[in-house]
Amino acid sequence: MNQFITAVLTSLSSGAIYALMSLALVLVWRSTRVVNFAQAGQAVLTTYIGYAVIQKTGSYWIALVAAVISGALIGAIIDRFFMRPIFKRITSGPIVMIAPVVATLGLLGIIQAIIGLIWGLTNQSIETPVSNAGLNINGTVVAFSLYNALVLIIVTAVMLLLTLLFQKTNIGLALRASAYSPEIAKLSGIKVDAVRTLGWAIAGAAGGMAGMLYIPNTYLYPNAMDVLLVFGFIAAVIGGLESLAGSVAGAMVLGFAINFSTTYVSTKLVFPTAFVVLILVLLIKPSGLFAAKKGRSA
Amino acid sequence: MNGLVVENLIVDHGAIRAINNVSFTVPNGQLAAIIGANGAGKTTLLRALSGLNNAKSGSATWNGKSILQEKPEDLARSGIMHVSDGKSVIAELTVKENLALAGLWRKDKADVAKATEEAIELFPRLGERLQQSAGSLSGGERQMLAIGRALVARPQLLLLDEPSLGLAPLIIEQIFQTIKTLTAKMNLTVVLVEQNAMGALKIADEGIVLNLGSVVAVDNAQTLLNDPAVRTAYLGF
Repeated sequence: MNQFITAVLTSLSSGAIYALMSLALVLVWRSTRVVNFAQAGQAVLTTYIGYAVIQKTGSYWIALVAAVISGALIGAIIDRFFMRPIFKRITSGPIVMIAPVVATLGLLGIIQAIIGLIWGLTNQSIETPVSNAGLNINGTVVAFSLYNALVLIIVTAVMLLLTLLFQKTNIGLALRASAYSPEIAKLSGIKVDAVRTLGWAIAGAAGGMAGMLYIPNTYLYPNAMDVLLVFGFIAAVIGGLESLAGSVAGAMVLGFAINFSTTYVSTKLVFPTAFVVLILVLLIKPSGLFAAKKGRSA
Repeated sequence: MNGLVVENLIVDHGAIRAINNVSFTVPNGQLAAIIGANGAGKTTLLRALSGLNNAKSGSATWNGKSILQEKPEDLARSGIMHVSDGKSVIAELTVKENLALAGLWRKDKADVAKATEEAIELFPRLGERLQQSAGSLSGGERQMLAIGRALVARPQLLLLDEPSLGLAPLIIEQIFQTIKTLTAKMNLTVVLVEQNAMGALKIADEGIVLNLGSVVAVDNAQTLLNDPAVRTAYLGF
């Protein structure tokens, strides 16, 4: 029974981190139709910034805020000075679809190389702000820590705030309108370019938070976020790529699948499980388990 | 010169010259119908006027101010609202949210609320469906929503692209009558692009016949309707 409860709890807390990464990818995808591979670089860069802040101040919390803010800034800068010119210049032919994605791959390489130059390639570690030791339930130590609980609480709060932002505010309405139909949004007087940059900023902030929450469970090195990018992407595809709620649900599906297979079958099953889930979803419901319903066409 | 003045406008659509040396004038408060067959360049013309397409040369001014080379969102904010074809609503948003889009950037929130109320008064069907997603609306309701949204911005110049497209005859009649009514009531200037030449000319002050990207006839709408040569050559009825 303890094993089952632990599996549920760890599923939730790892699903929460996948959800943040997935959200970062979906936000960019639906507003600019770009699969942002650079997000792994952005998130690892902001985590290094967080690491540097911890070295200076000793505070994980100041570092978390710094990572989130720098994530937003880096996201906005990438869109404003990198993606927007690419979209302006390349307007026709198959290259329209390919160029931005290849550009994000290039950015990923550049960011990781710069990190290597500044901080080196060796593993660094970030201490968890609260205990990461397994909790003691009824005399047995389980694989779920106070830190895991904290991650779950923080991500849930952030998701609620983002939901409020998107559903209840004018900025949220502008973000959704610009994502669904940039042309109609423009014709309604919305400055879609600026709104898109804001979307990239929010995505960057989510990635920045994902990095700071994920890395204390492992090590920090230039490629540290690559795995999370893959999981975030799988979660986004399961969720149907378009919907924020879908990406969170997709992340939870992935979190449960991975943690249950590793708890009950073998700890070696992390990657096989992730890809089996992805392939099953693509075979059975390629539009994603939580794809938005299409309106009537008449 | 007040109103919309288009002079020697040339717009290319890829390799094709979609609009070739087009000139016309729509005085303030008038409803002009631009009619012509599919492929005459009507949509491209409107898209150039609202900043969605770039013009190659020529000029277009609204109340003396050049509107070419401006961004669509800036033109919208300065009172030029383009209701694009295909019943331009955002299916994923609710009716209420669609209406709100054109008021998001406006400072005078009280007037946004008032304009929204007026739009709902004009199209009561929208009022009954405020919380529904726009994707669940019928074609006619979507057209009403698209026009209603434009009105929330308190436009001066309304560019309407084929509002009758794909609608049932009865609904077309209703939409056309509404366009005529609001032109007078809100002192709008309207450019109405239509394949449904008869319906459009009936409500218009001026008619402009476009064929293969060029203006082939400009006249009082009634006169055009009754001109047998224009009727057989370009209107097809």
